[in-house]
Amino acid sequence: MGRYILRRLLSVIPTLIGVTLVIFLFQRLIPGDPAVAMLGERATEENIARIREQFGLDRPSFLDRDALAEGNLAGFFDSQYSRYFGRLMRFDLGESIHRRIPVAETLKERFPATLELSLLSMSIALLIGIPAGIASASKRNTALDGVTMVGSLIGVSMPIFWLGIMEIMLFSVFLKWLPTGGRLPTGVEIQSITNLLLLDSLLTGNFAGFVAALKHIILPAVALATIPAAIITRMTRSSMLDVLQEDYIRTATAKGLSLRIVLFRHALKNAFLPVITIIGIQAGTLLAGAVLTETIFSWPGIGKWVYDSILGRDYPIVQGVTLLISIIFLFVNLVVDLSYAILDPRISLE
Amino acid sequence: MDGLIKLENLRTRFHTEDGIVNAVNGVSYEMAQGEVLGVVGESGCGKSVHALSIMRLIQIPPGEIYDGEIWFDGRDLLTLDEKEIRQVRGRDIAMVFQDPMSSLNPVYTIGFQIVEALTLHTDLNKKAAKERAAELLSLVGIPEPEKRLDNYPHQFSGGMRQRAMIAMALSCEPKLLIADEPTTALDVTIQAQIVDLVIRLKEELGMAVMWITHDLGIVAEMAHKINVMYAGYIIERGSAQDIFKRTKHPYTMGLLGSLPKIDDAPGTKLFSIPGLPPDLVKLPKGCPFFARCAYRKEQCKTEMPPLEEAENESHIVACWRWREIQAGEIQ
Repeated sequence: MGRYILRRLLSVIPTLIGVTLVIFLFQRLIPGDPAVAMLGERATEENIARIREQFGLDRPSFLDRDALAEGNLAGFFDSQYSRYFGRLMRFDLGESIHRRIPVAETLKERFPATLELSLLSMSIALLIGIPAGIASASKRNTALDGVTMVGSLIGVSMPIFWLGIMEIMLFSVFLKWLPTGGRLPTGVEIQSITNLLLLDSLLTGNFAGFVAALKHIILPAVALATIPAAIITRMTRSSMLDVLQEDYIRTATAKGLSLRIVLFRHALKNAFLPVITIIGIQAGTLLAGAVLTETIFSWPGIGKWVYDSILGRDYPIVQGVTLLISIIFLFVNLVVDLSYAILDPRISLE
Repeated sequence: MDGLIKLENLRTRFHTEDGIVNAVNGVSYEMAQGEVLGVVGESGCGKSVHALSIMRLIQIPPGEIYDGEIWFDGRDLLTLDEKEIRQVRGRDIAMVFQDPMSSLNPVYTIGFQIVEALTLHTDLNKKAAKERAAELLSLVGIPEPEKRLDNYPHQFSGGMRQRAMIAMALSCEPKLLIADEPTTALDVTIQAQIVDLVIRLKEELGMAVMWITHDLGIVAEMAHKINVMYAGYIIERGSAQDIFKRTKHPYTMGLLGSLPKIDDAPGTKLFSIPGLPPDLVKLPKGCPFFARCAYRKEQCKTEMPPLEEAENESHIVACWRWREIQAGEIQ
């Protein structure tokens, strides 16, 4: 197991290099000059050139053939990408073009908000999806199954932005139960430890803070959880239905085990493999979905930040956030692969 | 021998999209304690369904046990509630299934699966149950049983898995072991080993065995009684001698006739019964074997023959014409 983990961690390195290349390339493919975006349409040629030089935007993207022709080998490799990569090696994600603040600093500040939202959404999705899927499969073709299946179909097809707006209209505007956006109301302070507000408020025994944070997070979390919950429900159901047809389920029943033990001990562990794969993939879409959700609910996480940065062509921010999301996704996949081996003894990792 | 289990007019059917499949159509018989009963017939004749009905392992819906009684230990198994029938399953009646490759849960160790049955039905604690599980594995002839307890099913061969299944079935010393084609999926040499194993264990533990198979050779060797089933009916029942030497029903004759014989000349074509069993959705009104029977007459088409005694009281047959066939009056 240890060797497998090490091997998988090492294999992350080439994948990450690939990710940096793709991130870098896609940004160059988007039309528009960041220097112009920064200085405005009326900027003088001179100023634009200065900014371009300052940020290295005047360098070629990958390799400088002119420098090679002059016999300047160092210059040949001195490109936007090599500078970007070199900075990455020093954990330097660059500076925001507009605000001149290190990207890593803002990331550290904003990422916990997204993490908290994603974790809560995933928890909601799992708490709804898995029990609903099991119940639906064990009561196949009953009214309960029908309601669950129709509900999950609606959930899968629901556009997040529409659901978010509907939530705001119902609970915030009409019923006035919950705030329309943000993470905390002004005036409420939560001592920061992990920067996950729900956790921090509990750790510091700040009950009022906890309630305030919960009130703010619940609408975006539900909106973000809808699609994963629906997909996990459907996947759990179909996987359970497959497993319940297996001979070993009949063996377990023939032993005299109760339906509950047959379902939860003998069926669920087998049915869980495809569900875990889906959960891993959903973890990725959850982070992507956060961009929309955070924008609708003015959630101060990386989703809203990257949305603003794309509009402003703030390359370093977009690069930094994309890289972080990629690393998380790679890590989640590693955990998924490891959990296969834990759940299914037939899968050997060595 | 005292009575152990008594089936009366058991009827099981399945509701499917094509209509109602009448899988078991009024099966009645009695088994004594320690008896070995062979149940034979073609695929789809209701052998397995009737056995699963005894354990109430029919999935409801689409299945339905809609008539009959199954008397066991002074109780009708069909009237027990879910909790009561669970007490019977595994403890009083245990079952071994056809395919050992898929009958064990792949994600739990062999030991866990045997211990699970033991702790469910006995007072043994975990440690004692584990020791007992090792004993059981050695009883069914698995070497190094303590080590093997920690193996997963995929680390066992097919024959060994079936042995483990038998160990699991015998763990709570059931009064009746139902073996549903336990050797069908195994190599011939392994088949013989499993048959020998069950016969030996039956002698040692004194349980009754119901052996469901389409292999007449196996039941000839071991069964006290044989039920021949066709289209969900018992059409002939008797001792191995009755069935093999004093065959009465044309279908049983056909089954026996389709076995290859050691003195057949090379190149002799194997006999096979012409036609197919009837569609269980549209069962014929009369004898279910009518369409394939060489001895049929008009009455067979419209009236189902009752099971009646032939020669001795233990040999019964459902055929209008067995006397005429016996006397050689018809060909």
